[in-house]
Amino acid sequence: MRAPSTFSMFRWIVKRDLMLAWRRRADVLSTLFFFVIVASLFPLGIGPETHLLRSIAPGVVWVAALLASMLSLGRIFANDYQDGTLEQMLLSPQPLYLIVLGKVLAQWLVSELPLVIIAPLVGVQFGLSGETLLVLFISLLIGTPVLSLIGAIGAGLTLGLRGGGVLIALLILPLYIPVLIFGSGAVDASIMGVEVMANIYLLLALLVLGTVFAPWAAAAAVKISLE
Amino acid sequence: MVPGTLLQLTGPNGSGKTSLLRIIAGLMAPENGEIRWHGKDIRSLDEEYSRSITYIGHRNGVKEELSSLENLRISSGIAGFDITQNQARQALKRMGLQDREELPARFLSEGQRRRSALARLLTCDTALWLLDEVLASLDHAAAALIETVIGDHLAKGGMAIVATHQELHISAVSFQRLELANGISSDATLLEWSR
Repeated sequence: MRAPSTFSMFRWIVKRDLMLAWRRRADVLSTLFFFVIVASLFPLGIGPETHLLRSIAPGVVWVAALLASMLSLGRIFANDYQDGTLEQMLLSPQPLYLIVLGKVLAQWLVSELPLVIIAPLVGVQFGLSGETLLVLFISLLIGTPVLSLIGAIGAGLTLGLRGGGVLIALLILPLYIPVLIFGSGAVDASIMGVEVMANIYLLLALLVLGTVFAPWAAAAAVKISLE
Repeated sequence: MVPGTLLQLTGPNGSGKTSLLRIIAGLMAPENGEIRWHGKDIRSLDEEYSRSITYIGHRNGVKEELSSLENLRISSGIAGFDITQNQARQALKRMGLQDREELPARFLSEGQRRRSALARLLTCDTALWLLDEVLASLDHAAAALIETVIGDHLAKGGMAIVATHQELHISAVSFQRLELANGISSDATLLEWSR
C-alpha cells in the first residue's frame, strides 16, 4: 500500500466513471439519439428550403446540444449520492475540486464528445458547407466542456431534491446563454463569411474560466447538499 | 480518546448515532462544539484529517454495476490507498467473498454487499474507524470476523467508534459506551483525541 499521488486518484475517478458509463451504455446512447433526433426534426418539419435551413442551423444545432447535455447532467452526482459513494469521495484525502473535475471530464467524454463528433453529420442536413461544418465542430468541441462544467454546479445544488431535473434546467439554462451566443455566433459568422475567431476565442475564455471556477463551486454545492 | 480505544454509541432509533458519526467524520457541521484531532478542530484540518479516518455508513458505498473487486480497488484508490489486484482479492477472500469477486454487486445479497464494503477496512491504513451499524445484515460468522478485524485494529493502536445496538465482543484496552438519548443535547459532547 503506497500513498498514491493526486494524479493517481484523479485517474481512478475518471476510470471509474468511464467504467460505469460503459456498463450503462443505454443511458449514454439515449443522449446522443436525443440530439440527433431533435436536430433532425427541423429540416424534416421545414422542408427543403435551403436558405432558411442554413440560417437557422447554428441556433438549432446548438440548442439541441444544450438540451441533450441537460439530459445527462443529473447523472454526474445523483447515482453516487444514492449509494453512498459520493460520501466516500468527500472523505477522500484529495481535494474535492479535483474529484469534481474528474467526474466532469468523464461525463464530457461519454455524453458530450460523441455528440460533438456526430454534429457535422447533423449539420449536413442543413446544407452547411464543409468549412462551416468544421467551425461547428470546433465550436462544440470548446463549448460543450463549458456546458458540463456549469452543469456540475446545478447538479451539485439540486442533489437529493425531489424533481431535481426540472430545477436543474431552470438553474442552469440561463447560465448556458453566453456559451450558446458565442457558439452559434461562430457558426453564423462562418456562414456569412466573416471572421469566426473572435467567437472561438471568447468560447476558449469561457472554458478557462469554467475550468478554474466551476469545479470549485460545484464542490461547495455538493458539500452543502450532503450536510 | 487514546490509541486502542473502542467507543460504542448506543441509543434508540433517531437518537443521533448516525448524525454524531457523520459529524465526527466531518460530513456534517456540528451545531455546537467542535471535534478535535490532535488538538486541532477537524474543520480546519480537512484533507489531513481525511487521511486518518475510514467511515463506513449506512449506505455501503458499493456500485451495483461494478464487481466487488473493482469496487474495492476503486474505493481504496479514492480513499488514498492504491492496492493491487492481488491485495484486493486477498481482502475479499478474507471477507468470504471468494469466487464472487468478479460478480457485479447487484447480484450479491445484502449481507454480501455489506461484506464487500467492509473489505475496505482490511486495505486501509487509518487510525480512526467510524462504523455505522456495522453488524447489520451480517451473519454470525461475518459478525465475528468483523469483531476480530476491529480487535486487531485496536491492538495495533487504532481507534474505533462503532454505532450499534448489538453487544460487541471485542477486547480493547479501553472500552467506552456512550448512550445517546433524545438527540444530541445542546451542550454538545466534546470528543478529543490525542496520542
